[in-house]
Amino acid sequence: MARIRLEGVTKVFGAVVAVDDLTLTIEDGEFFALLGPSGCGKTTTLRMVAGLERPTRGRIFIGERDVTDLPPQARDIAMVFQDYALYPHMTIMENIGYPLKVRRYARSEIHRRVREVAEVLQIADLLDRRPGQLSGGQQQRAAVARALVYPPQAFLFDEPLSNLDAKLRLEARSFLKHLQKSLGITTIYVTHDQAEAMALADRIGVMDRGRLLQVGSPIEIYRRPRNTFVATFIGSPPMNLLRCRFQQAEAVLVLGDGQALALGERAEALRRAFRDGEPLWLGIRPEHLALAEGPGPTHLAARVYAVEPLGVETLVTVQVDAERIALRLSVDEPPVLREQVWVRVPMERALFFREGGELAL
Amino acid sequence: MTQRRPILSMPVGLLFLLPAMVFVAVFLVFPSLWVLWISLTNQTLTGEAALRPRFVGLANFRALFDFENWMVRGYFGNALRNSVLFVIGSALIGQAGLGLAIAWAFYRRRGIWRELIYTLAILAWIIPDVVVAFMWVAYLDRDQGTLNAILSALGMGRVDWLIEQPLLSIIIFNTWRGAAFSMLLFSSALATLPPSYLEAAAVAGARPWQAFRDIILPSIRSHIITDLVLITLWTFNTFTPYLITAGGPTFRSEVVSIYTFRIAFQHFEFGRGAAVAVVMMLINLALALVYLSTLRREARAR
Amino acid sequence: MTVIREVLSRVLFYLFSALIGAFFALPMLWLLLAPFNARGTLALEIPRPFTLANFEAVFANTFAMRALLNSVFIAGGTMLVVTLTATMAAYALSRAEVPYYDLLTYGLILFSSVVTGTAAMVPIFLLANALGLVDTYVGVILTFTGGLLPTAIFILRDFVEGLPRSYEESAMVCGATPWQMVRDVVMPLLQPGMMVVAIWAFVQVWGAFLIPFVLLRTPERMPAAIAIYSFYTEAGTPILTLTSAYALLYAIPVLVLYLFVNARYGFRFFGGIKR
Ligand SMILES: Nc1ncnc2c1ncn2[C@@H]1O[C@H](COP(=O)(O)OP(=O)(O)OP(=O)(O)O)[C@@H](O)[C@H]1O
Ligand SMILES: [Mg+2]
Repeated sequence: MARIRLEGVTKVFGAVVAVDDLTLTIEDGEFFALLGPSGCGKTTTLRMVAGLERPTRGRIFIGERDVTDLPPQARDIAMVFQDYALYPHMTIMENIGYPLKVRRYARSEIHRRVREVAEVLQIADLLDRRPGQLSGGQQQRAAVARALVYPPQAFLFDEPLSNLDAKLRLEARSFLKHLQKSLGITTIYVTHDQAEAMALADRIGVMDRGRLLQVGSPIEIYRRPRNTFVATFIGSPPMNLLRCRFQQAEAVLVLGDGQALALGERAEALRRAFRDGEPLWLGIRPEHLALAEGPGPTHLAARVYAVEPLGVETLVTVQVDAERIALRLSVDEPPVLREQVWVRVPMERALFFREGGELAL
Repeated sequence: MTQRRPILSMPVGLLFLLPAMVFVAVFLVFPSLWVLWISLTNQTLTGEAALRPRFVGLANFRALFDFENWMVRGYFGNALRNSVLFVIGSALIGQAGLGLAIAWAFYRRRGIWRELIYTLAILAWIIPDVVVAFMWVAYLDRDQGTLNAILSALGMGRVDWLIEQPLLSIIIFNTWRGAAFSMLLFSSALATLPPSYLEAAAVAGARPWQAFRDIILPSIRSHIITDLVLITLWTFNTFTPYLITAGGPTFRSEVVSIYTFRIAFQHFEFGRGAAVAVVMMLINLALALVYLSTLRREARAR
Repeated sequence: MTVIREVLSRVLFYLFSALIGAFFALPMLWLLLAPFNARGTLALEIPRPFTLANFEAVFANTFAMRALLNSVFIAGGTMLVVTLTATMAAYALSRAEVPYYDLLTYGLILFSSVVTGTAAMVPIFLLANALGLVDTYVGVILTFTGGLLPTAIFILRDFVEGLPRSYEESAMVCGATPWQMVRDVVMPLLQPGMMVVAIWAFVQVWGAFLIPFVLLRTPERMPAAIAIYSFYTEAGTPILTLTSAYALLYAIPVLVLYLFVNARYGFRFFGGIKR
């Protein structure tokens, strides 16, 4: 078990900068999720840690050891691939035991240890089958078992749940979290699914176009996204962003259609952060919005665009001028389509981003 | 330059490539260049010219393209004409047409008939050369042959196929021999078409023939080109007709490959044989370049 | 109206099937009957009396039997060399950083298409002559190898490309040394592809006539494709009883391999697997 450090790691493929000057420390025993949209360089980062890809620049440390120039065999890590990479010509027993076999363990010892992890993963009765005879969820467990059988310094996961159906994915998710917590092995987990990252990780690193945008606990990242990209990537539906203009004299924000929102207690802070007339983004999570009975200083006139009942809550999308705003409401009688409504914006919950996207307040 | 850590390092990779490359270089690339040189000499197997071949310039090529006797039987022009007819008749019309017809007739059909015909066609394709040659000599025999037996049972006269129609005989033979390739290629091309293509056409009111012409043919166009180029190449180079007619009688079924063989390995005039080989390889080169350009276009489209 | 068209198209389909079936089957029937006929004939007739004497005579003919053995030797040797070197080359092309990768693969295909058949025989004969390889098995095997390799490499390269690299990568992450990776993971995964190429190469060489005909001299070294022309009477006409029996024997390995491939892998289509 060890901590993992990346220092100024860069990876260039031809003209593409897949990973750009990434510096990051993952603590011993931590469950760390790398989150970002497709093509942002998550897999490349993970493969560099595994030794399957050589960094163009920068160093990588596992524990106190500089592993940058070491081949994968010498790094003492375990990896679960997106396609699981279970060998079709070996039984599950042989697959799981392979890391022990290459280290020349005795047959009986291999069998004993494979049984042990197979018990933990509840696949002990499948050991004589071949990968093709297993369901997706069982294959995923076998792949995890193979990573587990020879306790590594660190676990690397590349979207291990993306080939499972929605129900299995939830099951496997809680299982992985439980397993990692009970073993305490440092884990890097790559995913493009923000809900998965939030649910699993101690800390999340959000990436976009090769750059690490923000690192923090799920709650930190959810509450205080560092910029509009992170704000709109996390949460389902994501944070609402309203483009408006700060008017110092009246202490209001003016929207594109001329509606004004009183800033109340936050006016002072905004005055310090923004110039008069400066454009900015008002960010507010759907669950913080509510419907109001009539007009008010922090109410917006809107028209209902769509109503989607989700069971516990109802997802309501309203239209303000050209912009759409999502609300998560837990009311018994949601509004109906095309109805004129009032949306109350709680200013104490709002975030303010500069025009360029970075968080100001 | 990508920096993916390859599974094999470059030195190991080159080491793995080496044996194959040596064989190919020595037994494929080198001979094809050497033959250019030989074609400019008067090399023979025995005698003075075997030990010290003399440079004769383009004399061998001039002899090939001697237009005075060009079309006389036994000369190059005659062989070339036979080859063109042989390729058009047996490859482009025979194999491709029959292959396409079978593939289309059994498109999305299963069952005994399909199994039977595919198996028979594949057998005709893979049985050794000399065995099919004997089968066909027996089949086409004037007095005892199966074909004439059937024809006379139908009230038609007997034909001495190998004497009276030698070129037609090897054309039919080669159609029979090679149709499986086109059949398999077109079947696998058709199998990749989504059924909705045809259903949409049927809904639109197209007749089967119209659907075939307007939908199927255009969507397997690149397979058709690949097929035509490859079977042309193979048919142009095949030597099997020699085992049936030996190019006769009186050179009437002598195609270019048989002509080359006769000049080089029966008359042992290697210089002239090499000149024909060079001409053949130039024709092959043109066909292969067409083939490669379709291959690359497909690879890029994928 | 539609019923009539339906019936008509059915009738046409069966007519077509029957005609095509007859076209392919009729020439083959002779080979199934003549070997069991006591009288040598080119005609299609029920063997009367039915006999196995032709086969006995062929088995007693040591020259003919040795020729079959020579065929096994030449085809088997070529098969081994082609499969081994093509597998190594295809694996390297797919998994190593090979400079001029594109040029190499397409150059290979180009050369093998251009240098083929009789056109290639003139320089190859002279080359074998210069290297002292005329009338040797090595010469024949290497000539076949050179001709078959590009296609074999092309088929196998496609096969290797179809295997996810994560198999090898996970072996590395598991701690396997390169040699363990090759032995435990790569070789077993490549096996089906190698098998197909091996069978393909064997069938190619087994049936080939021209190359041994041009390169071999000594009768004792001749493969079956040439030895079949030795069953002739003094007058120069073929002894049909023996020739047909021998032809059938000679064709059987190809039929068996076809059945094997068909059962094991299905006669899947590898672009231009036979030519
Ligand atoms: N071997 C390679 N050669 C060239 N470019 C590559 C290579 N591998 C990755 N890239 C490029 O690097 C960028 C990052 O790729 P990477 O696979 O790390 O993305 P990812 O975040 O894992 O995306 P996904 O969620 O789709 O898996 C992409 O633009 C990709 O096209
Ligand atoms: Mg990825």
